Amino acid sequence: MTELPGFELLDQRSEERAFPTGRPTLLAFVKEDCPTCGTSMPLIEGAHRAFGGAVDVLAIGQEAEGNAILVDRHDLTLPLLDDSELAVSYNYDLETVPTVILTDGEGAEVDRFVGFGREDWRALYGRLADLSDAEAGDVDWERYPISQPGCGSRTLEPGIAERLAAEAEGSPLRARRIEVGSADDVDEFMFDQGFTDGLPVVAPSPERVLRMLGGTRRDAQEVVAVVPPNMGDATVEKVAINAVLAGCKPEYLPVVLAAVEAVCTEQFNAHGVMATTMGASPAVIVNGPIRDRIRMNSGLGALGQGNRANATIGRAVRLVLRNVGGAKPGGTERSMLGSPAKFTLAFAEREEASPWEPFHVGHGYDATESVVSVFPASPGPLVCVDQTSRTAEALAGSLAMSLQAIGHPRSRSGEVLMVICPEHVDTISRDGWTRAQLQQRLWELTHRPVRELLIDERAGAGIPPESFGPDGPSEEQLDELIPKFQSPENVHIVVAGSGAGKFTSIFPGWASGLDSRIIEEVV
Amino acid sequence: MTTILDPTDEREPIGRQLTKRPEHITGTVGLLDISKPRGNVVLDRIESLLNERVPEVTVKRYMKPTFAKPAPDELRRKMMEEVDFVIEALAD
Repeated sequence: MTELPGFELLDQRSEERAFPTGRPTLLAFVKEDCPTCGTSMPLIEGAHRAFGGAVDVLAIGQEAEGNAILVDRHDLTLPLLDDSELAVSYNYDLETVPTVILTDGEGAEVDRFVGFGREDWRALYGRLADLSDAEAGDVDWERYPISQPGCGSRTLEPGIAERLAAEAEGSPLRARRIEVGSADDVDEFMFDQGFTDGLPVVAPSPERVLRMLGGTRRDAQEVVAVVPPNMGDATVEKVAINAVLAGCKPEYLPVVLAAVEAVCTEQFNAHGVMATTMGASPAVIVNGPIRDRIRMNSGLGALGQGNRANATIGRAVRLVLRNVGGAKPGGTERSMLGSPAKFTLAFAEREEASPWEPFHVGHGYDATESVVSVFPASPGPLVCVDQTSRTAEALAGSLAMSLQAIGHPRSRSGEVLMVICPEHVDTISRDGWTRAQLQQRLWELTHRPVRELLIDERAGAGIPPESFGPDGPSEEQLDELIPKFQSPENVHIVVAGSGAGKFTSIFPGWASGLDSRIIEEVV
Repeated sequence: MTTILDPTDEREPIGRQLTKRPEHITGTVGLLDISKPRGNVVLDRIESLLNERVPEVTVKRYMKPTFAKPAPDELRRKMMEEVDFVIEALAD
């Protein structure tokens, strides 16, 4: 005889019930929304009342709320155990409810049937009467159907079966498993499902995702962020799946996780960034010791292709926004023209090529911490070419002229990200300027008098003269200086690029702002 | 069969493309009983209708071991090799 798995569950009075009980036991697995379970309940309860003196009758319900309804509806006095976690049902490999099992006192199976069969129950009542030396009393067998098929056990419902299997195996994976037929091409399948940004992706097999999860100490089911616009939960596992798609190595995962957290803040406003017709996309900037450990590029070609960490970290963030957040072009992503930065944009600061404190230290972090910052690049970059300035003041003047042009020379702007090249940093720092001084000077130099910002016959964009009243601005108002950027701190300056070349790149910002997060250290 | 993990928030079911429907039934038709009670009744009737209307078509019968789980790989492979069409009967 088969010995059945033992268990402990709480009944409707929150009392713990253990199996085996030491006495013959009738186990009945049921769920409330199964009509056949409803047909069976009076007989299960009847068995408890008639034979309870010698036989334990344990009903096992698969939903907590459903159990409460069953107790009321059938006036149950038997213990109805709460298996809403479905661990016991899974261990018993149930396919159908009701499943009715008679066991001996040690928990060995004596008899079993599924669904409802009038003759099965009659025979069972006979056995129970023999076991307990008691009578069932009058059962009106004729009011019961001859047979009625059961319903599927909740353990087999889509989504639940996978979770239970993973829990039973001790696997951290809970994401929906998708079976791709052997006749199908996996790469083509992923294109068809819309999982990609238009480039091929790496298939997120459970093995690869498990390996990716090895890159973090965080729990796979921890929710990293709620991703707009669909407000999907980005668990560590979901981020890891998208990191596999993007081509990341496991050691990049902490950067991707921190970047996903940072883009899902109110400050960064990923919903707006992805939805704007203007074409913004997150620029991911990495500082601190992790840059070298994962070999990010901060030097030659830092904003271009060729470095796996740069390319795939930025792509993974975008794929999380697309797949978990639902930001797809034509859906909630409404960019008029899009931008190459919509594929990927991530780089590291070249802290070593700069006499200044690292970018993240300026934002209140310690130099020994690794930090990711995200900036809503809209889209950029523009390049300021100045190969002849030899003083900080002269170069600041050039950079300011280029900054003035972003959006429109006459428009105000939110924030801006300048990726300043090492040769320009040399020129500026030779005169002893700090980063903060450069920010201050650029902020001042990008103030323009109202007279230069008014709409006129040369261009139709700018400040409408009538906004100053029917006669337009006064002489005094015409000289008033208007800042391009709200504050010097809104002019973000990051150092990157190779040692040769006097070209600074400028990423215009959007209506939201830069945000940062510490990257988990996994060494 | 390759298994991949869903990268999305799982609010949409996975869409799969249907095979293009042919205009005529030819070759072999597989009738798949999913093991629900009385599935055989509906399939018996379909088999007799097929025999009557398209006698040139061969009919083969198959059965899943349980309605509660997907058909085993082996059964699917066997049917892929042996039949050109499948009619699957739900019942109760």
